[in-house]
Amino acid sequence: MHELGVVFYVIRDVKAVAEENKVQRVESVTLEIGEVSGVVHHLLEDCWKWAVKKEPIMDEARLLIEEIPAVTHCEACGEDYETVKYAKICPRCGSDRTYLIQGNEFNIKEIGVT
Amino acid sequence: MGDFRVIEVKQSVFADNDRRAEELRRQNREKGLFLLNLMSSPGAGKTTLLTRTIELLGGDLRIGVMEADIDSDVDAQRISRTGARAIQLHTGGMCHLDAEMTAQGLAGLETGELDLAILENVGNLVCPAEFDTGASKNAMILSVPEGDDKPLKYPLMFSICDVVVINKVDVLPYFDFDMEKCRENILMRNPNARIIPVCARTGEGVEAWADWLREQVKKWREK
Repeated sequence: MHELGVVFYVIRDVKAVAEENKVQRVESVTLEIGEVSGVVHHLLEDCWKWAVKKEPIMDEARLLIEEIPAVTHCEACGEDYETVKYAKICPRCGSDRTYLIQGNEFNIKEIGVT
Repeated sequence: MGDFRVIEVKQSVFADNDRRAEELRRQNREKGLFLLNLMSSPGAGKTTLLTRTIELLGGDLRIGVMEADIDSDVDAQRISRTGARAIQLHTGGMCHLDAEMTAQGLAGLETGELDLAILENVGNLVCPAEFDTGASKNAMILSVPEGDDKPLKYPLMFSICDVVVINKVDVLPYFDFDMEKCRENILMRNPNARIIPVCARTGEGVEAWADWLREQVKKWREK
């Protein structure tokens, strides 16, 4: 839903890292995106291509995406299970005392530079 | 051209916004300013509830409102007619407000003489939930025509809200909206949520909402 907004955040953060490290050009940016973070990958890529063109230091930077699977933990029985498949109710014991332990990330993992 | 190398960043894209939001909360607490972030889908009745709220609380609290929309200033005009200070923030196409935009809005509102600032976020149940605005409390409105299943469809929004106002209860007889089911759905996502049914148009139940808000402002200023 807010792919363009987050692309602007990523570009701002990457430029800051590039400046700190006296980088000439950013060639690639690797993001870690949680499976249930709500970010649509192909929209993110479209926004990326459009937005980086305006940034001389990274106007050809490739976007690489690594997906982090969503996992939910059940407080009642201790089970960790696939969030997307079973959602809020624990498939093992039926409890709803469950919470997401991973899968909501939106991180800049690393950047490839010259 | 230099050699290719990889720089590890390992940083959440939201980290900056979260820091800015914490800073804003701290500044507001020092100033004794309570910031309410009010969210809902478009047409749930945010502006109508706000005009009622100002009628009920305007005597005790100095209130300012920031209306965030992609375009137009019809909402800010409606709020201005209540006598409260109102400004319109244009998000320039963005689907939400972040902490920095909120801080700029507060600066524009000249909050020095205010007790309560209300941010009417962009009408949307998805994006505003992802960005901490630096608010003291988060509130959302769910209106009856939207259906009792919304907490299941937009879990994040319901899980971050301190209070859920269920608006337009006057049309309950015409919709398949099950109030008990809706409560269950909300509490499953957020066991601590306060749920207040109202009809902002007629004023029914609005006092309970105004009391909740008055109490929160008081607690915020005591700490």
